[in-house]
Amino acid sequence: MLTAVFADIHANREAFAASLADARRRGAAQFVFLGDLVGYGADPDWVCDQVMEACAQGAIALRGNHDAAIAETAPDMNTDALRAIVWTRTRLDAAQSAFLTGLPLEVDRGDTLFVHANAWAPEGWGYVRSPADAERSLRSTSHRLTLCGHTHVPALWHMAPLRPPGRHEPTANAMIPLATTRRWLAVLGAVGQPRDGNPAACYGLLRDSPAELTYVRVPYDVDTAARKILAAGLPEGLAARLAKGR
Amino acid sequence: MARLDYAEGHVVEGFRLLRRLHKGGMGSLWEVEREIPPALPETRLAMKIPSLAEGEDVSAIVGFEVEQLILPRLSGPHVPRFYAAGDFSRLPFLVMELVEGRGLVADVEAAPLPFAAVADTGARIARALQDLHRQKVLHLDLKPANVMIRADGTAVLLDFGLSRHDEIPDLLAEESDVPMGTGAYIAPEQIVGDRNDPRSDIFALGVMLYQFLTGELPFGSPHGRSGMLKRLWRDPVPPRRLAKDCPPWLQEIILRCLEIDPEKRYATPAQVAFALQHPDQVTVTDRGLRMSQDGFGVTVRRWLRTRNVQKRLRPAVSEHMTSAPIVMAAVDLANGVDPLAETLRLHARRALEANPDARLACVTVLKTAILAVENQSPDGGNAYVQRLVELKDWARPIAKGDERVSYHVLEAVDPADALVEYARHNHVDHIVLGARASSALRRYLGSVSAQVVAEAPCTVTVVRVSG
Repeated sequence: MLTAVFADIHANREAFAASLADARRRGAAQFVFLGDLVGYGADPDWVCDQVMEACAQGAIALRGNHDAAIAETAPDMNTDALRAIVWTRTRLDAAQSAFLTGLPLEVDRGDTLFVHANAWAPEGWGYVRSPADAERSLRSTSHRLTLCGHTHVPALWHMAPLRPPGRHEPTANAMIPLATTRRWLAVLGAVGQPRDGNPAACYGLLRDSPAELTYVRVPYDVDTAARKILAAGLPEGLAARLAKGR
Repeated sequence: MARLDYAEGHVVEGFRLLRRLHKGGMGSLWEVEREIPPALPETRLAMKIPSLAEGEDVSAIVGFEVEQLILPRLSGPHVPRFYAAGDFSRLPFLVMELVEGRGLVADVEAAPLPFAAVADTGARIARALQDLHRQKVLHLDLKPANVMIRADGTAVLLDFGLSRHDEIPDLLAEESDVPMGTGAYIAPEQIVGDRNDPRSDIFALGVMLYQFLTGELPFGSPHGRSGMLKRLWRDPVPPRRLAKDCPPWLQEIILRCLEIDPEKRYATPAQVAFALQHPDQVTVTDRGLRMSQDGFGVTVRRWLRTRNVQKRLRPAVSEHMTSAPIVMAAVDLANGVDPLAETLRLHARRALEANPDARLACVTVLKTAILAVENQSPDGGNAYVQRLVELKDWARPIAKGDERVSYHVLEAVDPADALVEYARHNHVDHIVLGARASSALRRYLGSVSAQVVAEAPCTVTVVRVSG
């Protein structure tokens, strides 16, 4: 079975729609949303509706820090992010807000763990960037495979017993076998705000047995997404960074 | 993991064990056949079974896993064909083509070999290696025991247990703190833990050529890390000291493969194959002429430098391959240097200037009649030599003694066939050739450029004079 995993959609309708269509075309039958559905982008209500509908049909969705911030009085975020959250609140109805803030922090399916930021403290929102972070996350769970997002930079960590973790730089659209003798931590890139220098949306396509993961890149209409951010009166930087992928 | 008693006649997941071909520390190799015979006869099959006894070397097991990941992704005549694999965590095995032919261990036993034979075998191995690198895989344990030559002369590379695939996580990278490879053949950068440089395989190829030619190993056969590290500062005895018949060009090629700094080696196996097949095009430097090792001072300076050798970050194999292309400029000089030949030269220059690792092969075709009786030019001179002189003259403005440029006159009845065949044989990455303006006659007869575009195994740029 093929599962499409979307992290950090961030209310980017154009990126999400393109990624979803791509995943369907590739035969994805299951959908997982790794959190941060909203924040930064101009279409939080549309993205919420899509995910709510998918969840009604069996998809899994998780809470990210931006989703949680919808209900928080003083979210711990930078100014641009905070301004986007304040604006986002005005765009969501009660049902949408309740959906976002009520999402679970982690969900497991067999030997796979889905979480937004890391496995050691999902609600602390710590990033997985260094080998030490990866090792900490891998040691905090017995799941063979963890999928997370949050950094907006794709990376694949693997660890054998008694050895330090290794980092693999995923090649776009290449199917990567996840050897059964290792444990894996896949940090997916962002659908709605990539920061690895490649502006194309990134999502994960997971095959069950043998376990294989593809970091799919989907070019989308960046200009429209950026224009809508400006039209909404959101910070200019949030629009400009989409084209740079930074 | 299941423990099985493997014996003749046993059936393992549809394959019957016929006879054990080999048993080593890492595992055993059996000839097998399908329990249910296939509808069509197929090649003989071999099954590789790792030894998983308690206390076995962990990296041997990881190595088997690595091979199980990489082999199914490889294709072509230069690797054993993959047939089946068992679930690694349950019953690990690999079924592949049983390669028949001459193992290069036989060449080691017969060494020293005549230089022409060494160059021939070397070019075959280099072509196989090029095909492997093209598939984004580095072998990283190239040695005579891992190479076979099929009856038709094709080299086949075996054992991918230490290999590295560009697009697959390197399970061995964090596996071990000791150098992974074979002491006699391992490249300097591999000793310090760099598993990303395609030129490591070129170093190992250089060691093999040296061994076939002289019967000796250039760096001995050390086992420990410190013994292996010696090659970072001590250069080998020049092959010509040991093999009296070794021409300077061959020593040039071998010592260039064995350069400590990968940057100074050939950039791709195709360039090694090219040099071995075109000795007259090898620029012989001091490397090819020297008869003794470097002096005390040089060696000591190198030794001091190696104390802070560190692992470097390298571009991916696929990136490296495309940054060191062989460009072929196919020029028609039947009418002398006309405007089309001049335009072509401009484009050939751009291809060369764009890239410091690129090679430019200037090629022209001398059309021969089916019976080659008229190979004399009207004034009695040799047409071949005359054309070669013209070719060099054409290239003079871009070449200027550049050792990256070589010259080739092909004698052929069909120019397009000859160009395509040349490109295929020499792993050319990019052909630049001219097209004449269209005419009724050309449409009727078919043009050389159209045929090359249709049949070439690589990128083709067709150049036209504008207007």
